[in-house]
Parts: sequence; structure tokens; C-alpha cells
Amino acid sequence: MATELEAKTDKTAQSAAELETRDMMLNIGPAHPAMHGIVRIVAKLDGEQIENTEVEIGYLHRGFEKMAEIVDYNGVIPYADRLNYVSPLINNMGYCMTVEKLIGIEVPERCHYVRVILSEISRISDHLTCIGASAMELGAFTVFLYMIKAREYLWELVEQVTGARLTVTYCRVGGVKADLPDDFAAPCAKAFEETRKVIDESHGLLTRNRIFVDRMSGTGVISAEDAISYGITGPFLRSTGVDYDVRKDCPYAVYDRLDFEVPVGTTGDNMDRYLVRMEEMEQSMLIVEACLRDMPAGPVQVNPESGRPIPAAEMVDLAKVGKIYQISGGSAVTGPTLEGSGRAQHSSIAADEKRAFLPPKEDAYGNIEGLMNHFKLVMHGHGVQPPKGEVYFPVEGANGELGFYVVSDGAGCAYRVRVRPPCFAIMSALSILLEGDMIADMIPTFGSVNMIGGELDR
Amino acid sequence: MKSSLIQLVLDHFPDAASSSHNYRGDETVVLRKAFLLEVARFLKEDSALQMSFLMDLTAVDYLTFGKRPMPAFFASSGVAVRPSSLIPDEDPWPGPLSEARFAVAYHFYSLQHKHRLRLVVPVEEADAELDSLTSLWAGANWLEREVWDMYGIRFPGHPDLKRILMYEEFEGHPLRKDYPVNKRQPLIGPVN
Repeated sequence: MATELEAKTDKTAQSAAELETRDMMLNIGPAHPAMHGIVRIVAKLDGEQIENTEVEIGYLHRGFEKMAEIVDYNGVIPYADRLNYVSPLINNMGYCMTVEKLIGIEVPERCHYVRVILSEISRISDHLTCIGASAMELGAFTVFLYMIKAREYLWELVEQVTGARLTVTYCRVGGVKADLPDDFAAPCAKAFEETRKVIDESHGLLTRNRIFVDRMSGTGVISAEDAISYGITGPFLRSTGVDYDVRKDCPYAVYDRLDFEVPVGTTGDNMDRYLVRMEEMEQSMLIVEACLRDMPAGPVQVNPESGRPIPAAEMVDLAKVGKIYQISGGSAVTGPTLEGSGRAQHSSIAADEKRAFLPPKEDAYGNIEGLMNHFKLVMHGHGVQPPKGEVYFPVEGANGELGFYVVSDGAGCAYRVRVRPPCFAIMSALSILLEGDMIADMIPTFGSVNMIGGELDR
Repeated sequence: MKSSLIQLVLDHFPDAASSSHNYRGDETVVLRKAFLLEVARFLKEDSALQMSFLMDLTAVDYLTFGKRPMPAFFASSGVAVRPSSLIPDEDPWPGPLSEARFAVAYHFYSLQHKHRLRLVVPVEEADAELDSLTSLWAGANWLEREVWDMYGIRFPGHPDLKRILMYEEFEGHPLRKDYPVNKRQPLIGPVN
């Protein structure tokens, strides 16, 4: 009997040893609801555990860098909008500051403030989208709807300034398209009040939520050394405890005058990245409020003392039939959707450089020099012509260091425009982030990467 | 004239650099190809440099530099924009380097010292190869794949050099200046 039992156990052990185990290959994407954009992940699974992954990108490659070589310098700006389409104003600012560095022009102080205000608003909307979408994928649909509501308030602000919500094309080489609307601080305060409310509610719904915390903490962990070696920057790097922020460490525009804090995490997991992003939104709002307080006063858009206000569209109609006498002495009023600005705004938002920035509308419609100046800048093959040279200029994008490297051969279009997309570095580290985690952890980890296809694949 | 960072590199590797410049405050060393790996390791490990980040790695094709026909019907007036007096401009840009067709540009950043340095390595078309930096910075992996994809420059020592943004069947390297901007290569049907 005993021997029989022994033989039986022996047999079971033997069959266990012979039990065949196979790795399973799981293909996720390119088009999958949990992939933000189109990306393909081929995972090799041992049960539910991810052994290794292969990340395939490039599905959204539209040849940004090639196109930038055939259009003039200002013509690149609409393409730049479509890099990180969740925070296009930061791309605008980064590209324009790079070309300005190449040319060697400085924009007025108020213009710097305007750019900073808008790029911080973009940063908030980017973080809202990132957190909202990854919370939704973990089942917290309410948070997603709340955050999209807050983003809506911010996009209304952006729309008031730029005339567009997503593809803003607001910055210009040597300035911005137009000044902030009169009394911008009031709608801004209103939008921030709503945003703060949403952030508080989301904190209440997520930060101590057992389900959320269990899914987020301890998953997608990366060490500070690995993150640096992969070239990861932005909130992702700061979650590991490294406090690198381009705005603090290599300050540009007026960031060196602004007082704000750079939140850092400790463990470098998904939960830390969530907390860092939540805190950064508050800091960005403080920056905008400080800017609105400190910025030099803008021009009074329509001053009855200095000239009769004439809508720019009427001005151009009058000029077309030669009634220049009727528009002389008038000041142009432009809506946010119209290119260019009146003379009153011009000095505070544009560099004092005729060869880079369009003349005020009064000049373009009212006298031949202004008209020639305008056409010299917008005709194909004319436009801005920086000297020969190469420059690199980084700004802090919503995902990390967004750098532009521009080479000029002195012609009217750039010889080479290279973008350093912040999420490219993070995506290259995705394999080691996922390795060893469960398959379900892929969702929060990938969500916290905040992959933006337009910026990643260009 | 020479900034301290450039000087540090030149002191340690007197034969490695063919030139250097500080155009618009971007410190740049133009390096001979054979020294790349050695200099990169020095940049990363030397206590005065400590370049912890390889921020960016890209290439430029200088094939048509200064030779591009004006696309406009009217020739440009050719008035270049003068730099303002605020921007330091003592060190002018030396122009495209030597006769080599390509130049690979590396942008480094030091977390400890908060300084940046650019290395530019000219690469001949006939011998389009450059040592891989994947052993020093993990981020070089994808960046080098992109340079291979877009410019056709090979990186011996790279663990898995294959296309990254384009698909495997794509012919040519799209960011080369002799690749026409309007050339289409439709991928029809299943690949495998």
C-alpha cells in the first residue's frame, strides 16, 4: 500500500515536472481603447506577469521635421501646434524662442509674461487630461468628466486669447499674435476657481481611494538612475525625487522672477507621478496669478484720445478703395481670430525688429511702407531670414524638457528643425517600467507616461 | 574666448577636437569620429563635467547647405536680420564642418552643474558609421535608431539597430536632403 502511494506521488511529481509551461505573447494595439493614441505593445507573459515587452511606435509619423524644412519660419508654427496637441502653446513658445535665439532678438517683457501665462494654462490642461484619462481607465469615470469640465474652462480662456481652442498658432517669431484681451484677469480667476474645485473633488475621489491607490502605488517603478540614463525629464523624473525642472534650472522668459515650487516624489511609481502632477497644477495656477499681478501694464486697446477705433476689416475695405484719409489717425481693432494687431498693442507684444515681425495693421493698410513691410515678410521665399548658425533651446513642456534644435543656412526656411520630444525618452523606458508587473498594471503605468502620439512620432 | 567646458575637453583630448565654438552661448565641440566614445565617457564620468543626461541625439545632412534654390518667383532681397546687442556674439558660427556630408549632434546636460555641451561629429557618407553610446546612456538606444531610420547612419555596438518611426519595408532615409519631400511609398497589403 505504502509503496503504491509512494509510486503515485512520484508520478504526480513527475507529471508536474513534465507539465509544459509556455510564454504567451499578447499583442496590444496599435488601435486599442487603453492606448492613448496609436502605439503597439507586444508583451511576453508568464501567466499574468509581464516578462518583457516590445514597444512599437511611429504610427502617427507625419514628417514634421521634413515639412519644417520647406516652409518659412513662421509657417512651422501651425505644425508645432500639432506636436503635443494637448498643450500646443508650450510648443509654440519653445519653437519661437529657439528661432529668436538664432536671430538674436529679445521680445518685450510683457510678451514674455503673456507667453508664460498661456503656457502654464496649457500645462494645467495637459495634466488634467493625463490624470483624467488614466483615472478613467481605472474605473473612475467621474474624475474624467470633472477634469474635462475644468479643461473646458481653461480652453475657453485660451479661445478668448487666441481665437482657437486646440490648434492655436499664437506665438510668432519675435512676439505673439495679439495681446491678452482687456480684463483677462477676471475670467482667469473664475476659471481657476472652477479648476481648483475640480482638483479638490478629484483629490477626494482618488487620493485616498483604496482601489485607486492599490492600482497606482508600487507599480511602474523606476529608479532615479535609470530615469536619468534614459533621458527622462519632467513630472516623470521628478516623481523619482530628482528636482530637475527647466523652468528652475535653466530659466527662460521670466521664470527666474517667479516664485514657485517644484514638487518631487520619493518612490518613482504611478502614485507619485499622479501626486506630482496634481501639485504642479496648483503651482501653475499660482504662476499665472503672479504673472497677472506683476506683468507690465498693457496698452489700452481702444483709446478715444489717441485715435478712433476702426475694426480692421473695415479698415481694409476703406484702404482698398483708396480712402486712406478716412482711416488715418484711426486705431485698428482686431478680433482674436484675425492675424496681426493694432499699433497700440504692438510695442508691448512684438520685438522691435521690422525684419521679423509684421507691422501694425494701421501701417499695413494705411501706408505703402507698411504694406511693403507686410508683404516682404509673408511672401514665399522672403520672410524671416536668420543668419547662418545652429542653436538648441529647451523649455519645460508638460511632459518634460521640450527642446528645439534649429540649423539655418541663411535662407527663408530652416535648414533643419529637430524636436526633442519629452515622451520619446519615457516611451523608450516603457519596457523596463512594465517588466515584472502584472498585465493589469500596464494600464496605470501607460497612463502615467502621458504618451502624446503627435509629439512622439512627429 | 574659449569657455571653460570646451577648454576642459580640449585639455584632456588635444587631438580629438577639430574646432569649437560658442555660437549664441551654445558651447560646442566638433569632434573627430574616432574619439567619440572616449570623450563621451569622459564627459559622463569627469567630476567637473558630470554630463548625466544625453538630452538629444540627432543628425544634420549638409548636402545642400547654402545651395538651395530660392523657391520663390522673386529672388529674396537677402537682407539678414542683425542680432541685437544683448546677445553675446563674439564667437561666430564656423559654418558646416569640413567636407563630410552628415554631422551627428549630441546634446548633453549636467544635473549637478546645470551646464550644457554639444558635441558635433562629422560623418562621411561613404563611411556612415559612428560608435554607439548605448553602453553609457540607455536613452541612446531609441535616439540612435531614429538617426539610422531617418539618415541611414549606422551605430556599431547598438544592440538592436532597426527602424523606429518608419516601417521595415520603407526604402531610403526620409530626412536625407536627396529624399524628395513629396515622394510617397504606400504600404499596400499585409506585411507578413
